[in-house]
Amino acid sequence: MKRLSGNREMLLVVAIVALVALIALRFPPFVTPGNLVNVYNDSSILIILALGQMAVILTRCIDLSMAAALALCGMAAAMVNAAMPGLPIPLLILIAMALGTVLGAFNGLLVWKLDIPPIVVTLGTLTIYRGLIFLLSGGAWINAHQMSPAFKALPRLNLLGFPVLSWLSLAMIAIMLLVMRRTPLGRAFFAVGGNPHAAVYTGIDVGRTRFLAYCLSGMLAGLSGYLWVSRYAVAYVDIAAGFELDIIAACVIGGVSIAGGIGSVAGTVLGALFLGVIKNALPVIDISPFAQMAISGTVIIVAVAVNARSEKRKGRVILKKAEATHG
Amino acid sequence: MRTKPAIALEGISKSFPGVRALSKVSLALHPGSVTALVGENGAGKSTLVKILTGIYQPDEGVIRVDGAPTRFPSASSAARAGVTAIHQETVLFDELSVAENIFLGHAPRIGPGLIDWRKMNADARALLARVGADLDPSIRLRDLGIASKHLVAIARALSIDARVVIMDEPTAALSHKEIHELYELVDRLKADGKAILFISHKFDEIFRIADRYTVFRDGSMVGEGLIAETTQDDLVRLMVGRDIGQVFPKQAVAIGEPVLTVSGYRHPTEFEDINFELRRGEILGFYGLVGAGRSEFMQSLIGITKPSAGAVRLDGEVRVIRSPADAIAAGIVYVPEERGRQGAIIGLPIFQNVTLPSLSRTSRAGFLRLAEEFALARDYTARLDLRAASFDQDVGTLSGGNQQKVVIAKWLATKPKVIILDEPTKGIDIGSKAAVHAFMSELAASGLSVIMVSSEIPEIMGMADRVIVMREGRIAARFERDALSAEGLVRAAAGIREAA
Repeated sequence: MKRLSGNREMLLVVAIVALVALIALRFPPFVTPGNLVNVYNDSSILIILALGQMAVILTRCIDLSMAAALALCGMAAAMVNAAMPGLPIPLLILIAMALGTVLGAFNGLLVWKLDIPPIVVTLGTLTIYRGLIFLLSGGAWINAHQMSPAFKALPRLNLLGFPVLSWLSLAMIAIMLLVMRRTPLGRAFFAVGGNPHAAVYTGIDVGRTRFLAYCLSGMLAGLSGYLWVSRYAVAYVDIAAGFELDIIAACVIGGVSIAGGIGSVAGTVLGALFLGVIKNALPVIDISPFAQMAISGTVIIVAVAVNARSEKRKGRVILKKAEATHG
Repeated sequence: MRTKPAIALEGISKSFPGVRALSKVSLALHPGSVTALVGENGAGKSTLVKILTGIYQPDEGVIRVDGAPTRFPSASSAARAGVTAIHQETVLFDELSVAENIFLGHAPRIGPGLIDWRKMNADARALLARVGADLDPSIRLRDLGIASKHLVAIARALSIDARVVIMDEPTAALSHKEIHELYELVDRLKADGKAILFISHKFDEIFRIADRYTVFRDGSMVGEGLIAETTQDDLVRLMVGRDIGQVFPKQAVAIGEPVLTVSGYRHPTEFEDINFELRRGEILGFYGLVGAGRSEFMQSLIGITKPSAGAVRLDGEVRVIRSPADAIAAGIVYVPEERGRQGAIIGLPIFQNVTLPSLSRTSRAGFLRLAEEFALARDYTARLDLRAASFDQDVGTLSGGNQQKVVIAKWLATKPKVIILDEPTKGIDIGSKAAVHAFMSELAASGLSVIMVSSEIPEIMGMADRVIVMREGRIAARFERDALSAEGLVRAAAGIREAA
């Protein structure tokens, strides 16, 4: 498995480097260190969200409600900040994450206890969460002047050459690496998606594992909610509308199998970065936003095709002479 | 013969890698006659059905339809020749209507690509009336019970003008009343001049509806004749008549004190009154027909389904088992029957497959220790002589036999006291079977207690120290090893009273 996924991740690294090189030919300033940091920083929220989505997809589920949960948590954080400007920002972040966890837990409970297909559950909660934002805000915007300076400053704060937003995404990558590789829960995500019937017999509670994956994705959506609203200094009903598709696309490009059980933190991060590079680079080399969407879509299909091929190759090699090439 | 056979098999043989499933088998099915096909599991009955329905091609032999040699290169060619099979689990479409199920593939049409619904529903109603079913052709199949689904399947057979109807254990899932309705239907089909092949393990129904019998054993036809001229005892003797014992590598093990005591286990719909003791070093066989409730009981014992009552004691201590995790912690592990579906986790590397149920032992303070996992995996796969390039390799890249070793290593690594093996050798070749049996014997010798659920009589007789026979969710009989007889087992499982 390591070698196969290693190949896939190397392929993505090569694709990203080639893409950046191609852009540099037409627009050299793109590859200055400062701009590359910007590109990473710009992809940070997508990376955080994609990591949560990865955990859910690994268990053979999907979370379509992530962007809506992000918007709801972001709105809540902005409103709390507007009402109580003195509340410390770290506490506010914890509130947003707690609210996100509750939203994720709601998804998870519906999938676990009522046995409703995940795509239906999260399609429903997507709409519910968007509706809740409207109820909460009355449809009004929270604008920059209503937010405290500290609220808006934190993501931009520069630490050792990187904004706090980038540091937070790096921290989430580190935590998720630890969870996926070194905890029984991370192992259970893979086992539940790889073969739920077999996982049951090994003492893993499949429903509970999926529930926890949703809690995780909700928590990361909550964190992203604060980051999004503070970074763009505005909160309204429709922020991040449609972003759930980018999140899933990042996972798929990164080699997370929609059928569950296969995927990695590194691949997911690279998938998000790949999308981030495309979004940042295409405007500077004068490609229209519509062509950007077509390009992103093409990349997703190519990525899925590549993954499908590499998964197929896992079958047993029957011919002796073929063993040398496939091992 | 008074009539010419509708279909006849002559000298049919079929081999699979490592197994000779059928060896020069002949069988003739006559119009207006019911032939019962009996034999143990693995005797070759289902292979024969698959050859008759065009799913398998015979290696040698001739199929004659109305005396003319024919080949069935596909399922549809068999259907065109008028051969149709009704299986235990009907192969119909739940989401389609009754009429659509009956006419799928040959629906009456108005024009190109347009179905004549009115005619289809009317024709369906007429066919259903012929099989004695009062069903609305427009309702969805999923809303029907199994018995009604059988009727729809039979109506479908009539719609394609089937002349040969194969019924593969059609009553296995039916209630008492439904079984009687099925008998009447078989009588009606017989009167209609259909040739019927009836596969069943239940002797009472064979004697109720069949005219002729054919007995298979180990892929060969060992007897045939008229039902009127035979007895249940003769059939049992034909089915099991062979000497067994010499091929089983059973070691003599000193049997110790009771390890597991199960008392009063019951479930509202699946089993009741299950009481037994399992001792150290013992192999306890659970024999019965498919559907007797053995696997259902085992799944309940390890906490997958909830029993309505019952207690478990391990080494004298009462244990409450509410989940498979509880069972593993208590030292009871279950190696399920469908190892493909319920065994290895494809996508996880070998070592992670092995350690999955033992993660609490290989982690400290909630974090996994990869070095300890590797050591555990190395330890247990080495005992099973697993050959793999690396423990880091995806278990999906291994051959089926090696995947099975990974699954067994996984369970042994939990250091169980009791290991339940559900049909441990089903569907594997003879060489691998011997290896599994030798291994089972070693496990018992090392002090483990083994429960072996098996539907194969030689395996039960060759390996078990004691045998519990289940029938219809209850314990029907218990045998000590020296009192075991194949005929006794078959009788207890099929519910045949002692011969007069």
